[in-house]
Amino acid sequence: MTEHFAGPPDWTWYILFYFFFAGISGGSYAVASLLRLFGRPSDEPASRLGYYTAFVTLLPCPPLLVIDLGEPIRFWHMLVNTTPGDVGPIFKYWSPMSVGAWALLVFGAFATVSFIAALVRDDRLRFGLARLVARLDRSWLGAVMVFLGMLLGLFVAGYTGVLLSVSNQPVWSDTWALGGLFLASGLSASVAVLIWLTRFRRLARYSTDFLVRGEQWFQILELALIVAFTITIFQAGAVGTAFALPWLLLWVFVLISLVPGISGFGLPHAVGPSGRGDAGALSASVAVLPWLVVLGVLALRAAVIFSAQF
Amino acid sequence: MVEIKPGTAYGFFTDTSVCIGCKACEVACKAWNELDDNPPVFGDGYDNTGDLGAQNFRHVQFIDNVTDKAVGPGDGKAWLMMSDVCKHCQRASCLEVCPTGAIIRTEFDTVYIQPDVCNGCRDCIAACPYDVIGLDEHKGVAQKCTLCYDRLQGGMEPACAKACPTQSIQFGPVIELREKAQKRVDALHSTGVSQARLYGADDSVYGGLNAFFLLMDEPEKYQMPSAQDAVLPSRNNKFGYLTTAITAALALLGGLIAVRRRRPAESPVPVRSEREPRDD
Repeated sequence: MTEHFAGPPDWTWYILFYFFFAGISGGSYAVASLLRLFGRPSDEPASRLGYYTAFVTLLPCPPLLVIDLGEPIRFWHMLVNTTPGDVGPIFKYWSPMSVGAWALLVFGAFATVSFIAALVRDDRLRFGLARLVARLDRSWLGAVMVFLGMLLGLFVAGYTGVLLSVSNQPVWSDTWALGGLFLASGLSASVAVLIWLTRFRRLARYSTDFLVRGEQWFQILELALIVAFTITIFQAGAVGTAFALPWLLLWVFVLISLVPGISGFGLPHAVGPSGRGDAGALSASVAVLPWLVVLGVLALRAAVIFSAQF
Repeated sequence: MVEIKPGTAYGFFTDTSVCIGCKACEVACKAWNELDDNPPVFGDGYDNTGDLGAQNFRHVQFIDNVTDKAVGPGDGKAWLMMSDVCKHCQRASCLEVCPTGAIIRTEFDTVYIQPDVCNGCRDCIAACPYDVIGLDEHKGVAQKCTLCYDRLQGGMEPACAKACPTQSIQFGPVIELREKAQKRVDALHSTGVSQARLYGADDSVYGGLNAFFLLMDEPEKYQMPSAQDAVLPSRNNKFGYLTTAITAALALLGGLIAVRRRRPAESPVPVRSEREPRDD
């Protein structure tokens, strides 16, 4: 049993929502890229939805991180060391916060380029530079970029868990499972958002089967990692902290939120753009259940972040 | 008078066996460093300071250790008093995680947070195993004991050591302090005070502490991790990233299988027709 005397860093709401949006942004980019690189041409609308989601959910991340700082105007000190006599870029590979700051910056560039390319492909942007970006995006260079962006997206979705673990806080530092858990849950939330968005993009429903199967797999991974998390903190004697009231209620909600995804949202797998054959089930399932999954992912992060500090 | 010169490691030897809980160290520290007042804490002891933090670089702990049995004279077990402070660890958790490079090791081998570089991310607070660092709400930066860096630069010993009336806090070159500490603990043992022990005087705790202690009980009693639990945050990098990488690999594998093995969609509608621009 590990005894901890570290004080809480007061990482609360801003950090919670940063972790949440970063998980969805990175996860959406990864899922979109998976469809783009390995899917059929009919997966293109869902893939573009993924890039839109990655970009839009990335937007709140920098402001959330900046306003959480004690001295927000010095946000750039994450990237540049201003120590007299040692001025220059700073990158500490052993500090997840340092690595994450750089990863977020680079991932932001990838997400922006893919967002612009998706807009051009959807014929919503027509000016010259955007078309050039879209043309590059379609070349082999684009495929390489999308692949690298996918890896970065996976990193951005998961490193936040490692960041918590690389500390001396109870619960966080008692487990090695948080990085994987945040990644799996981030992917799960991303797919849930995409499933919900297919309501508004008929042609994206060609990919519903993939999304539903993907959701099942990501949530199984999440469940396995919740089990690993519980075992590791039990060994460290921190179960009482992580699962104390009221956090226990959040954990119960997390487990409930895994049900629809693992059970496939009750959807027939091969739903096409018309939703033919089971339009009612499609509409009801896709309208409500993905939000249960998304809220469960938020609850998971809240339980982990708050239980160690309060 | 200690001669202070850059390139030598300086620190504190805090002998808790002679601490009388007068808090002169706290007052001297607050006065020199111009630290704000903090609302008093009213617990069930004599400690109105609460804990170390942005406004308390020194904190005299009053640990109620009264036993059910009658206490004999001179055994020092009824109250444990200790003037707590940043330990200026050789392998410092705060310095390790700091993403901005604000936390540095000075020419006096102490750990110092540069107030003009820190951006208040609080990663150091999550990492410090002694709960030493706090965020100054007005300045927005992390603060802790500087071992009176400015005084050292001026050739003066730290304010707390100068104010301590019982020599509980001794300042000097770490090598000399370690010798003194060993003699003191040997003397205590020879007089039957077997519970006396040194904490952080050797490299078993974070590679050695520049501010080390003579304790009268287990370190956990004083809110300090044992040598076994004194671990660095970076210990979790390897398995944390490894789990993330394995999860990513499994997620991609599952995603690929889902892409390849799914049933065909109901009709092969040419998707590019949906607002697809021409490739001109």
